[in-house]
Amino acid sequence: METTYELSPNSLSSRSLKNNPFMKRKWFTPVVFLTLLITQLSAQDIVVPYEQFTLPNGLNVILHKDNTIPRVSVNMWYHVGSGSEKPGRTGFAHLFEHILFEGSQHVPEGKFDQWLEAAGANNNGSTTEDRTNYYEDLPSNALDLALFLESDRMGFLTQSLKPTTVDGQRDVVKNERRQSYENRPYGKASLELPALLYPKDHPYSWTVIGSMEDLSAASHQDVVDFFTLYYAPGNASLSIAGDIDLKETRAAVEKWFSDVPAGKPVSKINPPAAGLTEEKRIVLEDKVQLPRIMMVWLSPAAYIPGNAEMDLVANLLTGGKNSRLYKRLVYELQLAQNVFAYQDSKKFSSEFMLVATARPGVTLTQLEKVIQEEIDKLKSENPQERELQRVKNQYESGFISQIESAGGFSGKANQLNQYYYYTGNPDYFNEDLQRYKAVGISDISAAARLYLKDNARVVMSIVPEGKTDLAAKKN
Amino acid sequence: MKKLNILFCLLIISTGITAQAPDRSAPPALGKAKNLQLPAIQKFTLSNGLAVVLMEKHTVPLVQVNLLLQTGSFDDAAGKEGLTSIAMDLLDEGAGEYSALQLADEIDYLGAQIGTFSRAFSSEVDCSTPVSKLDDALKLMSTIVLKPTFADAELERVRKLRLNGLLTAYDEPTTIATRAYNKLLFEPTTPYGKFANEQSITSYTKADLENFHTRNFVTGNCTLIIVGDVTRASITPLLEKYFSALPAGAVTNAAKPTPKQIKGRTLYIVDKPGAAQSVIRIGRIGTSRGDAAYNDIIIMNTILGGSFASRLNTNLREDHGYSYGAGSGFSFWSVSGPFTASSSVQTDVTGPALGEFFNEFKKMRQPIPEADLTRGKNYVALGYAGDFETNESIAAALAELVTFQLPDTYFNSYVDKALAVTKKGVEAAAKKYITPDNMLIVVVGDRAKIEEGVKKLKLGKINFLSAEDVLGKKPQLQ
Repeated sequence: METTYELSPNSLSSRSLKNNPFMKRKWFTPVVFLTLLITQLSAQDIVVPYEQFTLPNGLNVILHKDNTIPRVSVNMWYHVGSGSEKPGRTGFAHLFEHILFEGSQHVPEGKFDQWLEAAGANNNGSTTEDRTNYYEDLPSNALDLALFLESDRMGFLTQSLKPTTVDGQRDVVKNERRQSYENRPYGKASLELPALLYPKDHPYSWTVIGSMEDLSAASHQDVVDFFTLYYAPGNASLSIAGDIDLKETRAAVEKWFSDVPAGKPVSKINPPAAGLTEEKRIVLEDKVQLPRIMMVWLSPAAYIPGNAEMDLVANLLTGGKNSRLYKRLVYELQLAQNVFAYQDSKKFSSEFMLVATARPGVTLTQLEKVIQEEIDKLKSENPQERELQRVKNQYESGFISQIESAGGFSGKANQLNQYYYYTGNPDYFNEDLQRYKAVGISDISAAARLYLKDNARVVMSIVPEGKTDLAAKKN
Repeated sequence: MKKLNILFCLLIISTGITAQAPDRSAPPALGKAKNLQLPAIQKFTLSNGLAVVLMEKHTVPLVQVNLLLQTGSFDDAAGKEGLTSIAMDLLDEGAGEYSALQLADEIDYLGAQIGTFSRAFSSEVDCSTPVSKLDDALKLMSTIVLKPTFADAELERVRKLRLNGLLTAYDEPTTIATRAYNKLLFEPTTPYGKFANEQSITSYTKADLENFHTRNFVTGNCTLIIVGDVTRASITPLLEKYFSALPAGAVTNAAKPTPKQIKGRTLYIVDKPGAAQSVIRIGRIGTSRGDAAYNDIIIMNTILGGSFASRLNTNLREDHGYSYGAGSGFSFWSVSGPFTASSSVQTDVTGPALGEFFNEFKKMRQPIPEADLTRGKNYVALGYAGDFETNESIAAALAELVTFQLPDTYFNSYVDKALAVTKKGVEAAAKKYITPDNMLIVVVGDRAKIEEGVKKLKLGKINFLSAEDVLGKKPQLQ
């Protein structure tokens, strides 16, 4: 089975150069939270032992030792994302992420990457609505270099920053927007969704990439203010995983971050209630050959009750050849070229997306009819035990795979920081697992009834220019 | 999260030690790099002669088992472009006593992943499974490998998917650019610039698929590559049980023609009205994997466009803000593959961006500063261990070892070899391959907005193409 499918990115990473490693996952969805089960396939629980401490300036530190290869991953989370942006400055958190690679007081512009590469390191950063993360994956003998660079940009960023730096990265980010959305088929749809899903003053009601006007408006002073407020050690968490000596690493962290001044407390975001109260039907025209339907609902926030159920619902619907919608739309009826569901889980609210691309000659009304039938069925009848178990087993083994790597955006260093941020507990692996394990067949239909309401969703039709007749019409 | 932070401060004793302030006047000196010492590469054969390459890795209870075939899409006969791809794809659409849906259900229920792939020169059936399910997973994998059904209904279904897939290529500027570039770079008599098209996709028969299978799935064309939580003793009985039925035999594929070097500079604009960016591909024929100067070339390319701090990315992205990223790379094949520099650039600066590529090409032919050389060497050599973290990436490295017949000592000796690359070697590689007067240039973008700017560079006569010139006439599908 060939399922190639690409949505615009959930999180924006600041450099796109690296080729993706040979990806072989057949259907595993690019969920942001790949948190999976592990009981039946492997006898023992997955344990990721760690040591945690807090520096006097407030920086949380998590260390995990894994000597598989002589490399180490240094992973820093700042607990700020596009959700903290001010009106008129959308896209700023991500623009700021780019600026963090442009040098700091003791690191001349350009040297951040040059010094790391000269040590055999890769690095990157990414921004979502909730948070911004950075990593350096490097040979274990070069750990001090990463700590020097991370601490320097946390403590001494703005002293050497020039207004021209903002201009340079503004152009890069605008090109990122063009490359990832404007010049990509169907890419414009994801720019429209946030405002349709959330009330105007909700932190998720604008895109992470931001608008071109707001990117143009961002000033040097904005950079200084944002840094001072959000990039303080008390608003960050450092996770180090790999070939380390725990005692020496702790001493090195204490040394490199000892002169980073503490910041002021960051006030919490208090988002207004989110919730759709009607069905919104939207038609977009784009330079595409085949029409596509996107149906989006709001679902429970990351790690809260109901969230795991909706991950499983996504996979029951479109994960693998036997999933309900793939089987009907792509395999049997052959009305769709592809169909894809996933949940984008976030701190205050998640989004459940269902996307299907029609074959030539098929209207989106036809696709929607079948999708609606399957959703209705999921609401009215429990799934088969084996069907649910199949999905859980795939999650389970995916989880074991995940702990093979220490670094990158999805390795253990990042996962420890993710669990810490969202749950307060870096070693949330088994609790996370329990969320999925506890889901029974009747929970699935209950969740579908509760969260996949017909009168609380966005139904977007993306059609070839001039072909609005192909759009999904209300049955 | 503020609340949780405070909670943790209470639970965890803050460090009372006042560490000495660090010296930030220079980047810290690095300790000595550790050597990469991988577990032994174990090679043996099954009773039918099937070669097995095994590397044990006992950190995670998973196993990767890949069957590597030395047959790829460049072995497709003229008129049957895409046959290897669809034949590999259909292996798991029904096999033995299982229908396509039953197979997928069984595999997914195990928590295993079994995938089939084809590349330019090789193909694979890959299986990743929890070690506790290895027996069941290998049973399913071997059924796929040995007894594919190639049912008519499945062929027709996948054929339709692929025909529809052709349509989506017209939407994708990067696909158009890559296809145009390969088509123009290689002579039409070679397989290298060809891709599956409406005619070839329509032509595949069940007999084509069966012949492909009979011909290529023989011991002399296949290697089992295994990485993970097993030993030779633990896995051999299972391999015998499931793969000893693979027929003995050899495959003689037609010799691959040697790609002919391009002459002079040729320039094409493929019109994509309204495009927000122009997709650029610039290059020529490079060299083969067996080239003795392989490491010189790798490090030369790292400096030019193979890493984030490389010259092309620094210039186009960081210095000029023309792009989100720019880079370059060599495709090392058994014959000479392409060298390609590429980027997506903002439409209104397409001309200047192209000009900067050529500025960097010219600069690359000048003496290489020590700092660039050291960085390039270290990036490649010291970063090498990162390729050996997961079962999947180790299996990919072993596949390269097998395909290009590299010595078993290759991995463990690689770091020293890359560090031994000289300035002279890198400069020679640059002079040989980075030839500004001898390049094919393809730009996919909005002609009305970019033509003037490109013309100003005086790179040569501009040839114009449409997406249909590149991809063929748009299929009319129902």
